[in-house]
Amino acid sequence: MSAPADPASLPDRWSKPRMIRNPLLRWALWLAVAAYILGTIATLPIDWARVSQGFGRAARIFGGSIPPNFERSGLLIDGFLESLKIAVLASFGGVLISVPAAFMAARNIAPLPVFYLGRALIIVARSFHPVIVAILFVKAVGFGPLAGVLTLIVYSIGFVAKMLAERIEEIDFGQVEALRATGAPYLSVLFYAIFPQILPRLIGLSIYQLDSNLRASAMIGIVGAGGIGATLANAFGRYDYDFALAITIVIVGAILLSEAISGQIRKRI
Amino acid sequence: MTDQDMTRPAPLREAFPEDWHRYTPRQQIARYLGLLFAALVIGWSITSIDVIWEWVWDAPVQMADLFGRMVPPDATNLGTILLVLWETVNIATIATIFAVLISLPVAWLAAQNTTPNRATLWLGRIILVSSRSINTIIWALLFVAIFGPGIVAGIVAIMLRSVGFVGKLLGEAIEEIDPRPVEALEATGASRAKVILYAIVPQVMPTFWAVAILRWDINLRESTVLGLVGAGGIGLILQSAIDTFKWQEAATVLLCILGLVLLGEIVSAWLRRRIL
Repeated sequence: MSAPADPASLPDRWSKPRMIRNPLLRWALWLAVAAYILGTIATLPIDWARVSQGFGRAARIFGGSIPPNFERSGLLIDGFLESLKIAVLASFGGVLISVPAAFMAARNIAPLPVFYLGRALIIVARSFHPVIVAILFVKAVGFGPLAGVLTLIVYSIGFVAKMLAERIEEIDFGQVEALRATGAPYLSVLFYAIFPQILPRLIGLSIYQLDSNLRASAMIGIVGAGGIGATLANAFGRYDYDFALAITIVIVGAILLSEAISGQIRKRI
Repeated sequence: MTDQDMTRPAPLREAFPEDWHRYTPRQQIARYLGLLFAALVIGWSITSIDVIWEWVWDAPVQMADLFGRMVPPDATNLGTILLVLWETVNIATIATIFAVLISLPVAWLAAQNTTPNRATLWLGRIILVSSRSINTIIWALLFVAIFGPGIVAGIVAIMLRSVGFVGKLLGEAIEEIDPRPVEALEATGASRAKVILYAIVPQVMPTFWAVAILRWDINLRESTVLGLVGAGGIGLILQSAIDTFKWQEAATVLLCILGLVLLGEIVSAWLRRRIL
């Protein structure tokens, strides 16, 4: 332990230690950040004439959308059920693929080359926004719910496999060693030592992903991948703003409802 | 049953039965019912979804064909692509900065322990929920109508979407603070502004930075698709490459997006380590 400092040498006012000690560097950094923000905003191509017209246009959109039009509720319900089916199938398929992918991407049980392969799979699945993936699938397999299901399977792998791999890396390894000590084969170790430890997380993640797929299925429909988003994009394209508002209200309501339900289920698990 | 079992005291037998079950029979039934329900829902989805099954079996061939067309990536337009990629970064960064600034007062309204009264609490919550439940793409569609196609519509769309996310997490952080510094400052007769500045702000600072960095990372991904509805960024080039069947250029754009997202993840991980 060092000797207490001479009280006379301590400053009268205490100030919090700074994260960047060198004041020159600190100020230079702040200056650089300020310059970036100002520079970017100053060069924004804002066409004010266009904006002032735009408000008129926005007023027309809003005016045209009120009151929301629920007359074609049959179309709305069909689109919504399709979104639900897309979300269910994509969650199921996504979780099915995520389990082996997560085992591949867990450092503590996968050999190094397999680990890198698993991680690369997850990184690629996570990096692309679902809308981009949806465009590619629509081009490959055509318009409709199939492209949506495939897109959301990729989306689900990116999230479920990542979280599950992290959970596998945190398991209690004692049980694995105990089973290995009895001479259990690899599959038995997986089923009796690892699986029970990750099952609760897997169920929680699946329910969360179902919720999140339902949300995403509304958005990927805009590029032609089926579901309520396709209905919304059509309504918007045909200037049916009152129907579009009705669809938006239903989407928001359904998302709030499914968030509440999945929250309740996850709380009980 | 063996003799030995009979001699074991009843409570011990109850606590350590001969054959051990992880779940009680009631839990067991509940789990099977849950499983059955899930199977029924999946079965209903598969049988009633409007899919042409020939296309499903054909999908791997089609995918392979598509990826085949992308090789090798064509880098002749790399200069333009990188420039637009930089624009994408700017959209994400500027939108995150504004969103964070706007979400501060909203979080203050939406946290139970700082909001002035019940009406303001609900006002805050309504702002948060409406911002979060409408997707960025839908916001972008609307703002393209207002501002015209371009980067400004993208910035405003991402900003409005982010306020809900940042404000919600920040509001939760404010609700979870240690109330004692607040009480201590109030006891000294400090003004409301001083209490916020010296008792609340320092406690939520780490969450604030963590949430801001996380959202920046998310926004980087979101801003890659804004161009698809005309709101600026790399999506515009991707869309036009796909529409004109320039698959090799599309491959370059996709690789650039992959690089951008990875770089964003590395930068945000580094920032998190430095700041938190």
